Amino acid sequence: MYAFDIERPSTIADAVKLLSDSTESQPLGGGQTLIPTLKQRLAMPDRLVSLGGVAEMQGICEDDAGRMCIGGGTTHADVAAGAGAYGALASLAANIGDPAVRNRGTIGGSLANNDPSACYPAGALASGASIITNAREIAADDFFEGLFTTALNEGEIITEVKFPVPEKAAYMKFEQPASRFALVGVFVAKHVDGVRVAVTGASEDGVFRWADAEAALNGEFSAASLDGLSLPGDGMISDLHGTGDYRAHLVAVMTRRAVDAAA
Amino acid sequence: MAQVTMTVNGTSVSADAEGRTLLVEYLREGLGLTGTHVGCDTSQCGACVVHVNGKAVKSCTMFAAEAEGAEVSTIEGQAAADGTLNTIQQAFQDHHGLQCGFCTAGMVMSAAALLQDNPKPTEAEIRDYLEGNICRCTGYHNIVKAIMAASGQDVSAIAAE
Repeated sequence: MYAFDIERPSTIADAVKLLSDSTESQPLGGGQTLIPTLKQRLAMPDRLVSLGGVAEMQGICEDDAGRMCIGGGTTHADVAAGAGAYGALASLAANIGDPAVRNRGTIGGSLANNDPSACYPAGALASGASIITNAREIAADDFFEGLFTTALNEGEIITEVKFPVPEKAAYMKFEQPASRFALVGVFVAKHVDGVRVAVTGASEDGVFRWADAEAALNGEFSAASLDGLSLPGDGMISDLHGTGDYRAHLVAVMTRRAVDAAA
Repeated sequence: MAQVTMTVNGTSVSADAEGRTLLVEYLREGLGLTGTHVGCDTSQCGACVVHVNGKAVKSCTMFAAEAEGAEVSTIEGQAAADGTLNTIQQAFQDHHGLQCGFCTAGMVMSAAALLQDNPKPTEAEIRDYLEGNICRCTGYHNIVKAIMAASGQDVSAIAAE
């Protein structure tokens, strides 16, 4: 790692102030992606602003609209343990990485990183979540902009994520067995106003909604509604773990499994 | 350089650390507690697992500065002062839960975290919990058996000595 300073502010306001001054600063969530990145010298900040000490970014509650509100600094382990009112989301969190990683990694860090194979982007997009930052509220549909790219501005941090709780939902992940990231993961959520299907791990553009599957499931919410539906392999990630065609096939398989699990 | 202070195995300690100093470097090089190992240095293998405020973490993937003021437990704090092994350590010895021993510190610390949350885990729960702890000697079988035994459960049903 290149040398850098590290700061541990205790409030959002102090964190934002540190991130906006002239020093080249980067926010540090749980560090489960950023620290390996720094070790590989793929990032070279002058200063890290650790968000782990910001108490107001921790915890889970419910707002007046019945949405589940999760602080941006809440770890995967705490979501797994505390998001029982939204079982599919708790289960998604419980299957990220391994137990020690889940004790450090945070929901805000995962969403801000927007790894194309991460689980949380699929959960947020299928839920129609709102990403709350220190400056504004961003709809999940507008948040994810491609590989490792989001609508966040420089120095903007995710302070909270608000999840509408669907009537039925399930997340199915086909794990890449070495990394435990999703080779393909599909989150299906049946809301009062329609079904949302979000796919991670597959597309070269990162997480996306599968509109054809949503339309079919809005007709009837059953795996049989998906008969005959498929995605093209073009634009899907092709690597040593699987071809684009393989991933496209897996998307359909995992979507059916998710519908079965949710129904 | 800044002084970083925390409580390690019940004792308040202080050592110099740069911003980039990892918790495992602080423990090994700052405090001389070399029982915690660095295996992969990429948060895959779990040889560096310690507890921070009661939770298992990979100390190669956390900065020392982030543990300022925290309660840290390492493998050195597991046995009694006179060297008597704790229940988990003794079970690893009794059931041959180690061969070369490189992964063992992390295995014992992960096992301790598991049993804290789940005092009577099933074999499947143990295997699932050890997903992030890699052992290249034992094939895991005797590790699982040791943890079953340490939790006071019958291990006769677990096949193959």
